[in-house]
Amino acid sequence: MVTLGRGRLGRRAGLLLASLLIAVHAAAEDYRAPRLPGTALPDLNGVWQALGAAHYNLEPHSASASLQLREGPHGPIPAIETLHLGSVAAVPASLGAVVGGEIPYLPAARARAQDNRRHWAARDPEVKCYLPGVPRATYMPYPLQIVQGKDALMIAYEYAGAVREVFLDDPGEAPVDSWMGWSAGRYEGDTLVVEVTGQNGESWLDRAGNQASATLKVTERYTPMSPWHLMYEATLEDPAVFSRPWTIRMPLYRRIGDDAQLLEFKCVEFVEELMYGQWRREPLPRTLPAAGPEETP
Amino acid sequence: MNSRIAMAACLALLAAGCQGSGPQASPPDLSGTYDTATITPLQRPEIYGDKLTLSAQEAKAIAAEAAARIAENSADSDPNRAAPPEGGDGNEALGAGSVGGYNLFWIDPGEEATDIDGEFRTSIIVSPANGRRPQLTAAGREWQASRRALYRPNTGKAWWVSETDLPHGPYDGPETLSLAERCLLGFGSTAGPPMLPVLYNNHKRIVQTEDHVLILAEMIHDARVVRMNAEHRPANMRFWLGDAVGRWEGDTLVVETTNFSARPALRGADENLKVTERFQRQPDGSLRYRFTVEDPTIWTQAWSGEYSWKPTTEKVFEYACHEGNYSMEGILKGARQLEADADQAGESNPGGASE
Repeated sequence: MVTLGRGRLGRRAGLLLASLLIAVHAAAEDYRAPRLPGTALPDLNGVWQALGAAHYNLEPHSASASLQLREGPHGPIPAIETLHLGSVAAVPASLGAVVGGEIPYLPAARARAQDNRRHWAARDPEVKCYLPGVPRATYMPYPLQIVQGKDALMIAYEYAGAVREVFLDDPGEAPVDSWMGWSAGRYEGDTLVVEVTGQNGESWLDRAGNQASATLKVTERYTPMSPWHLMYEATLEDPAVFSRPWTIRMPLYRRIGDDAQLLEFKCVEFVEELMYGQWRREPLPRTLPAAGPEETP
Repeated sequence: MNSRIAMAACLALLAAGCQGSGPQASPPDLSGTYDTATITPLQRPEIYGDKLTLSAQEAKAIAAEAAARIAENSADSDPNRAAPPEGGDGNEALGAGSVGGYNLFWIDPGEEATDIDGEFRTSIIVSPANGRRPQLTAAGREWQASRRALYRPNTGKAWWVSETDLPHGPYDGPETLSLAERCLLGFGSTAGPPMLPVLYNNHKRIVQTEDHVLILAEMIHDARVVRMNAEHRPANMRFWLGDAVGRWEGDTLVVETTNFSARPALRGADENLKVTERFQRQPDGSLRYRFTVEDPTIWTQAWSGEYSWKPTTEKVFEYACHEGNYSMEGILKGARQLEADADQAGESNPGGASE
């Protein structure tokens, strides 16, 4: 009951998404981005952000009552973890971002993703303000900034102050696994192509529990499609989790004016009570009184 | 973007003789990876007085001392050495807390004094002339006293339970620990600003564009994105790393940072802190890094410093702090255990320190 978005609706939405994106893609093919000053490279600099609700679930999904659900007498109801947030913890519908609509999981990996979702609050690394990994960092509901110099490129993310360098000269193999991985970039025409390996497998792909493993390889493509849009594609390969490589695709929108800047979202501070509050010298209440929220001061 | 707008404005005003105030020749590219480690201390040892530079001989002797220390620490441990004494060996250096901490394997504080224009320095601070932070204001002294009251050598006992005049205990909750222990900011003002050399992870990565300069501090992956020729954010917006706005003065990048939170990375500073930094490429490829600190509620005058950032071919690796911060749980649980021990031994003050 709890799993949504894999039925006929999901497939139809996936096909619709694919055809829409193909149309947008064709229109963008004629576009030629301005050059990075002093180079022949496309200028990708800017503050960019994904819109929509794919960060809730990369697969097509209807709206639902909560990020974490439990069985109710007449269908799913919000889990206790999110109950008091009401509609703020509800999940908006989205066509998702998976080309073809469905993540080609191996059966055990699909089961793990479903189990993750049933334990969302306890397991989603975003709840604990952990570094988001790639590709999730790209389409979280926070902006990112591409800082592209003549021979160096970094991507800074507002969420958790995450940052990664895209090495434009071959950096070799990742020296050791990390949260944000090891990124090797190159330009193919006007597309920045980034191969990301060396992630530690702890990251999730969205708030729905979708997850790869430490053998994941992500190939990202950033293609300018207008002065205001980048097309973002990421192909995920992980034979331990998926039956074949699969691709997500979504536009990133340029933030303009005063909003074209990253603000600070150091959420570590915001999760201290959640993660460590029980070990205070004088612990504070951690559950609502049984009488309900209206009785609390 | 801003320079492009400036250019357009200039073209429109060409007839009015705009050439002189138009955009300059493009500024130097400061992009690169730098190792900011140096054994030159922030504050000058008092034996040097007002002497800013070391003779070549003195610098050589200091570097030799550092090398000897490294060699000594790199030697194999004596497998037959005695156990440390009960209650610890009293060594509080490098966070040892009397029970043993980092040895040199873990740290990378540099091996040489910093050099500017070929001269080695006795301190990073150059003003005041004695190379030391200026006098604290009354508010600054109050802050210092309140911090000192909370920190004592580790005796293995909950000494704070019998103190009645503390505002709170040192380990009451996550907020009472240091910003570094909380994985909020690296210690020692490594990301600053001012960005100061510390015990380890001294790499800085700079990538520069026309409109922005990203300066990444390796420790706790703190990336400062400097907005060029921009205005500061509204005064009520506050940030751990402050709000950094840049401009070019000739070949020098000038970054002015304000809008700090109440507890910036720079020890002692408060939300009134303003830091002005100057980055200038040197002929040997290094960056001359200069800074001025102003915080009139804490220090009676502004103070300034400078040191060299050396180019390196090393890569900056991810420093994920919070994700592996098992110590926070350990510190808090340990303090609760010591308090329970004290309680059992009847050492608690029933009134206790309250939050």
